[in-house]
Amino acid sequence: MTQWPKPPEGSWTEHYPALGTGTVCFDDSVSPEFYELEREAIFKRAWLNVGRVEDLPRIGSCFTKEITIANASVILVRGADDEVRAFHNICRHRGNRLVWSDDPHQETGGVYRQFTCKYHGWRYDLQGACTFVQQEDEFFDLDKSSCGLAPVHCDIWNGFIFVNLDARPRQGLREFLGPMITGLDGYPFEKMTEHYDFVAENNSNWKLFADAFQEYYHVPSLHPQQVPPAVRDPGAGFTCAHFQCDGPHRLVSTAGTRRWALPEECMYPIERVTRSGLVGPWETPDVGALPDGVNPGKVDPWGISNFQVFPNLEILVYAGWYILYRYWPTSPRSHRFEATLGFHPARTVRQRVEHEVASVVFKEFALQDAGMLGGTQAALETGVLHEFPLSDQEILVRHFHKVVADWVGAYRREGIGAVG
Amino acid sequence: MTRLLPAQFADLEPYAQTWCRRTEAERWAVRAASSMQELADFYDAAFPRLEAAIEYCDEHPLDALPDDVGRLVELVHSVVMVSMAVEIFGQPKTVDSADAVLHRVREPRP
Ligand code: FES
Ligand SMILES: [Fe+2]
Repeated sequence: MTQWPKPPEGSWTEHYPALGTGTVCFDDSVSPEFYELEREAIFKRAWLNVGRVEDLPRIGSCFTKEITIANASVILVRGADDEVRAFHNICRHRGNRLVWSDDPHQETGGVYRQFTCKYHGWRYDLQGACTFVQQEDEFFDLDKSSCGLAPVHCDIWNGFIFVNLDARPRQGLREFLGPMITGLDGYPFEKMTEHYDFVAENNSNWKLFADAFQEYYHVPSLHPQQVPPAVRDPGAGFTCAHFQCDGPHRLVSTAGTRRWALPEECMYPIERVTRSGLVGPWETPDVGALPDGVNPGKVDPWGISNFQVFPNLEILVYAGWYILYRYWPTSPRSHRFEATLGFHPARTVRQRVEHEVASVVFKEFALQDAGMLGGTQAALETGVLHEFPLSDQEILVRHFHKVVADWVGAYRREGIGAVG
Repeated sequence: MTRLLPAQFADLEPYAQTWCRRTEAERWAVRAASSMQELADFYDAAFPRLEAAIEYCDEHPLDALPDDVGRLVELVHSVVMVSMAVEIFGQPKTVDSADAVLHRVREPRP
């Protein structure tokens, strides 16, 4: 196995001294009180990615997003002026849910000409303005022009639609994302419009699940089947080539293997025939040079970079396709997991099959992570142990829980200040 | 019985009724409900024909596949689904997935 050089301090963790090297407490993933704090300190303050611009392809395209932990339901809509806007999903008349189907807590969507409230028929245009009030002259001093939908801060970066539920966001989106994440400027997400979407209700805290996707230390143990038995080394470890932290965000890059250059026994028969598999299609359309920010550690040969955008988005980029994960907390011990695989639109059946293989393999191994994390949650909830050691390969887990604690700490201090 | 697949793939016709499925959710459900013997039978018959099937389908534009070719693509997708159980896990269900589920809610067709 290749040993990748560590920073001069001797480890990735010590390269970021504020992280320390001590044990880490995971009470933050079982405590109902801490969950309440995350609600205010993180999910009502941070920029949250709710989708991609491809999810709103034309004027009137709309979807709703349930952000359970923030007690929010948000309407995302492309207006008549082609702008994407976000509104609270609540009617200005008497507070009915505006856009919903049979269950007010289920997300929905479609293409709309306007929004009509089912209760008394008030109407709103695609820009959120109130356009019709039933029996308007029965009201007292009602100014329709001030009855528009309550807006939610909304901004777009590289096709990713973000909302911010704060009344006055402390940072603009680009500033919040910072230089490491915006290093992905110019990565051609907009060309990879063939999407495979997955959802799951997982029985683990949102952070515990995110942890499983920001370290590869677990791969040989939990996912031994990623390597065919003929070449499986029971003692194998996994070493990542590059780690980086920037503000609340994190990144890990791993080296890439050219699957097609390997001996036969290094891959499964289905991979050989379809020329696709665990690392996706072997060949993807040439998109020209990728931005340097995709591989800031200059890893060669580069395989993937895994950007952890605080708080709950992961962008995993390959040279020719990408994966997104989002973790939406629904209780201290559960979250809604969303995943999207984005490919260049297939032009042939063979390419479509390549994408199908990647999507099927992805699901198999994500199920192992999801299955395992239910066990972690259950065991942590016994409260027997509180402090746990983390290796250098798990630096991003350490960083994530620290950032969460920092944001909660900042919120608490403000609260104390306000009382005093 | 009406033919579901192109005539060149008549040898796979016995599997078409079970394995020509439009969505991943259906293919997943059939795999989960099958015995290892049933999965192995299908795999042993269909995997050696996979390359030829993909090549045959590729003679048609992806957005205008005749019905029988479209069903052949669905069968190819099912070979992919079943190969995970046969080649990788040795059982219909993902090893170590406990009670986890993951629903594919949007996908291109076919
Ligand atoms: S609550 Fe919407 S019209 Fe009355
Ligand atoms: Fe994993």
